[in-house]
Amino acid sequence: MNHLLTTEGLERETLENLLTDADEFAEVLTRPIPKVPALRGKTVATMFFEPSTRTRMSFEKAAKALSADTMSFSPGTSSLSKGESLKDTALTVHAMGVDLMVVRHGATGTPWRLAEWLDIPIVNGGDGAHQHPTQALLDCLTIKQRFGSLDGLEIAIVGDIKHSRVARSDMFAMATLGANVTLVAPPTLLPVDTTRWPAATSTDLDAVMEKMDVVYLLRVQTERGGGSVFPSLPEYTNRYGMTSARFARLKPDAVVMHPGPMNRGVEIGHDVADYERALVLQQVTNGVAARMAVLFALLGGDSDV
Amino acid sequence: MRQVMDGDDLTRVTRRIAHEIVERNHGLDATVLLGIPTRGRPFADRLASALSEIEGKAVIAGSLDIGMYRDDIDTRPRTRIGPTDIPEDLDGKTVVLADDVLFTGRTIRAALDALADLGRPAAVQLAVVVDRGHRELPIRADYVGKNIPTSLEEHVSVRFREIDGDDGVWIGKEAAS
Repeated sequence: MNHLLTTEGLERETLENLLTDADEFAEVLTRPIPKVPALRGKTVATMFFEPSTRTRMSFEKAAKALSADTMSFSPGTSSLSKGESLKDTALTVHAMGVDLMVVRHGATGTPWRLAEWLDIPIVNGGDGAHQHPTQALLDCLTIKQRFGSLDGLEIAIVGDIKHSRVARSDMFAMATLGANVTLVAPPTLLPVDTTRWPAATSTDLDAVMEKMDVVYLLRVQTERGGGSVFPSLPEYTNRYGMTSARFARLKPDAVVMHPGPMNRGVEIGHDVADYERALVLQQVTNGVAARMAVLFALLGGDSDV
Repeated sequence: MRQVMDGDDLTRVTRRIAHEIVERNHGLDATVLLGIPTRGRPFADRLASALSEIEGKAVIAGSLDIGMYRDDIDTRPRTRIGPTDIPEDLDGKTVVLADDVLFTGRTIRAALDALADLGRPAAVQLAVVVDRGHRELPIRADYVGKNIPTSLEEHVSVRFREIDGDDGVWIGKEAAS
């Protein structure tokens, strides 16, 4: 593995190796000194052309826990506002001596362009509505810790499938690891053609939720025009929200997940988010371990992962 | 490959080292046994069961992986990260590290770094099945199963039934299996 750009087409063995390593890094994070010297002397740059709190902080924490140095870039305060192109910006940062770049950009495919321009590993931190592979890894890690394996699990991904890079990334990774994935959304938020995806689709959460082991709720992206594709937020909650009434109908060991930031009272009930079977904060904790596994695989000199 | 120890030799060496550990530490009250994966782990487990017999009480071995502490990640492909499993608090204890082959000493250097992150043992000792020489660091073993002079081209292979299907030590010119 030279880059981590997408979960589509990743080998099962690669995913499983990353998850196994992530489990060991999760143990490191529980130590009194949660830091190992594995990537001492390496520099990781986070290039986030879109706003992000948790993903960027999570990558920085992961790099620091591996003793790598970090540099960060945010468009508001950079030369981008002076008209510098993406390529020149990337080449400039690269020229300072960077060993790996994490990129988030609103345009689909940006990480692939950077991977062509630069001769260092690139990690996709989210490109448009396309892919967010480290999110998929941390989600699979969280499920694996809870259930032991993803093999045969029934997983519903609920919400704005059409505009969600989380849905795409998670679906491919979960299916590769043996889960049965169902995408649940209002008709307007399902892609027109999903026949080539390794997932079933449904427009009726109530009809499918009772057999689910995991219900993964996507954020209603109000900033991406969520309001214009369904009648109203209460209408969405009424049909697709994980209210406490719906939660009570889930299988007794089923869990609820959410990539954050949550709109409490919209896609997830105010109280549901705080239940023991809502794994939202474990997902955040696991994000650091999963990203450590990715950074170590790309910079740690291993060709097998 | 030329066999230099068979399964019985390995058993005898393990028993003898177990006795040496008890003698030197005046019992096992403040002793923690940690194997370095991959093949330090079965060695540690066998030492633990020999120690249990000698002392008449259960002795549990843990693992200490050094994959995150190596100093050569840029110069050779790494092996996979193994499990780290510390059975009890290390502060003030005597830690006995167990590994299959002592060679350059770099693995042990990494293990000492890893230990320092996990606690502050009162003392650290090292038990190995084979010491083959060619040290690159000022490190020595406290308990040695067998000293085997080797050339740098040779490969020493310690095999454990749990991992490799059979027990014994072989030397050869071939690359690592």
